[in-house]
Amino acid sequence: MLIKTEAIVKTYSLGKTVVKALDGINLEIEKGEYIALMGPSGSGKSTLMHILGCLDSPDSGRYFFDGADIAQKSDSELARLRNRAFGFVFQNYSLLPRLSALANVSLPLLYAGASRKERQRRARELLEMVGLLDRLNHRPNELSGGEMQRVAIARALANRPTVILADEPTGNLDSKTGIEIMRLFDRLAAEGNTILIVTHDLTIAQHARRIERLKDGKIVSE
Amino acid sequence: MSFWELFKIALGTFQTNRLRSFLTVLGIIIGVMTVITIISLIQGMNYEVERQIASLGSNVIVLQKVSWGIGLIDWDEISKRPDLTLDDALAIARLPLIENVAPLRSRMISRLNYRNRKVTNIEMPGVTPVYLTIANYRIETGRFINSDDSLRKRQVCVIGGYIVDNLFPDEDPLAKRLIIEGKSFTIIGTLQRKGSFLGQTMDNIIGIPLSAFEKSFAPKKGYGELAHSLSIMVAPKKGAKLEKVIDQIRELMRRRHGLGYDKPDDFGINTQETLREIYRNITRVAFIVMIAVAAISLLVGGIGIMNIMLVAVAERTREIGLRKALGATTRDILYQFLLESVLLALAGGAIGIALGLGIAKIVELTAHLRAAAPLWTIILGFGFSATVGIFFGIYPASRAARLDPIRALRYE
Repeated sequence: MLIKTEAIVKTYSLGKTVVKALDGINLEIEKGEYIALMGPSGSGKSTLMHILGCLDSPDSGRYFFDGADIAQKSDSELARLRNRAFGFVFQNYSLLPRLSALANVSLPLLYAGASRKERQRRARELLEMVGLLDRLNHRPNELSGGEMQRVAIARALANRPTVILADEPTGNLDSKTGIEIMRLFDRLAAEGNTILIVTHDLTIAQHARRIERLKDGKIVSE
Repeated sequence: MSFWELFKIALGTFQTNRLRSFLTVLGIIIGVMTVITIISLIQGMNYEVERQIASLGSNVIVLQKVSWGIGLIDWDEISKRPDLTLDDALAIARLPLIENVAPLRSRMISRLNYRNRKVTNIEMPGVTPVYLTIANYRIETGRFINSDDSLRKRQVCVIGGYIVDNLFPDEDPLAKRLIIEGKSFTIIGTLQRKGSFLGQTMDNIIGIPLSAFEKSFAPKKGYGELAHSLSIMVAPKKGAKLEKVIDQIRELMRRRHGLGYDKPDDFGINTQETLREIYRNITRVAFIVMIAVAAISLLVGGIGIMNIMLVAVAERTREIGLRKALGATTRDILYQFLLESVLLALAGGAIGIALGLGIAKIVELTAHLRAAAPLWTIILGFGFSATVGIFFGIYPASRAARLDPIRALRYE
C-alpha cells in the first residue's frame, strides 16, 4: 500500500467557530492508481490533498506513506519527500513569474541537488513531453493558461515522483484546454504514474479510474 | 543546493527591484563611505605629520616657556614664569651630552613687498648659525647666517623658496634688499624647499640673525612677550639617550630657576614625541567621531535592510510556500534570504568604498594631501557590510524559513 490514512482529522478555527475540514478520513491508495477526489467546495478535498502531500499535518489520525509514519518525519525529511515523492500541480499554476519555463521546471531538480547540465537536460525533456519545446525561455506572463499548466505538470514530474497530486488542474482553463490537460494526465496514468486529482467537476473526475467523494470532511461511499 | 545557485536567485531579485535595493543600502553606503574617506585622510595626514615631525630634526629638544599640548592653558601661571635667556642656552650648551644649542625667537610678519610683488604671513625666526643644521634646513644658493653676522648684528636674511617664487620669480634674489617693518635687510642666501603641510607651504620663511632680531624687533610686553619668548633648540650628542638628555636639561633649568623639589617645572621641554602625542590626541578624537558616525549609519542601514527584507518576505510568501512545496528545506529558504541581505549590504559597501576612495582622491587633489586607503580599510568596509547584512538579515530570513508551506501557498 502506497498511501494509507487512519481516521485523519483536521480542524480550522474561523474566528470563534471551529470548522472540521476533515473528520476521520480512511483512505488507501495503491501504486499506479488514477484516482479523483471529488466534492463540493469546502468539502475538505484540498486539505486532504495537502496532508497527503506532506504540506500540512493532521490534528489526529495517522498517515503512512510507503509504510512509514509521516508524523515521525523531521522537517528536512518532509522537504525531501515533497521534493522526490510528490509532484504538485496547483489550480493557479503557481509558477515563479521571474523565471523562464525551463527554470521553473528546473526548480525541483535544483532543490534535489542536480547539476546544471542535468537540470537543463531533464527540464528540456519534460517540456518537450508536454509539447512546449518552443516555449523554453518564455516567462509565465508570455504563456497561455494551458501552456502554464503544462509547465506546472512538467515541473511536477521533474524528479519522477511516486505520486502526482493535482488540485483542480483545469479550474482556470476553458473546457477545450481543460480536456487537453486531462488527456495529458490520462497519458501519464497510462504510463504507470500514480495520480490523484482533486476536483468538483464530474466530467474531470470521470477521467480517473477510481472516484472518492468527499462531503463535510468525510468520504461518502457511492 | 549550491551557493552559486542561491547567489543567482538573490541577484535576480535585485535586478527586478533596482531602485528599492539602492535606497535600502543608502545607509550602508554613507557609513562605509565615511569610514573610508576619514581613514584615508587620516592616513594621509599621518604621513604628512610624520614627515613634518621628522623634518624638525630627529632627537631635537625644544626648550620653551610652555609645554606643547592641547587643552586649557593657565596663562596667568605661565606669564609669571621667568623668560628663557641666552645665558640659559649657554649653560645648556655646556652640559656633557649636548652637541649643539640654537636659541631663537620667532614672530610673524604680516606683509613683505618687493617692487610690486608681495607675500603675506611670513614666519620670521631670529637665529644663530647652528639653526641651519638643527632645524634640518639646507642652503640652496648663497650662504647661511654666520657668527660674524650674529656678532655684528648685521641686517641680513635668508629666505625660503616660497618667498623666492613670489618676490623674485625671474631674478636672482641674492644681494637684493627687503624692507621688513621699516628695516632694510640684505638677502644672503636661499633655503631648500621643505614642501607644504596640509596645503600650507612651509617655505614662507625668512631667517635673520638673532642679534639683529633683538635689536630691531624686541618683543613687546604682555601676550606678545610670551608668544615671542626665546626658544632653545637643543641637539644631543650622537648616541645619547634622549631621556637622559632631557633629565640633564630639566635638572639644570630647575637649579637655574631655583625651584624647590615640590615645585613643578616652570618651563617646557618638547620633543618630536611631544608632537606625536599631540597629534595622536587629535586623531583619536577624529577616530571616535568617525566610529560614531559609521556606527550610526551602519545601524540605520542595517535597520533599512531588515525592513526591506521583512517586506520582501511578506511579498514573496507565496513564492516561499511554492519553493517549500517543490522541496526547498528550511535551510534552503534561510540561506536564500540571508544571502540576499548580505549581497545587498555588500553591494552598498562596495558603492561606499568607491565613493569614499573618490572623495579621498578629490581631497588629495584639492588639498595637496597624500590620501591613502590601505587594503585593510577596504577589507574592513566589506567586512562591516557583510556583518550588517548577516546581523539584520537573520531575523527576516528565519521568518521566511519558518513559514508553514501550506499557509504560505494559501497567502494572497
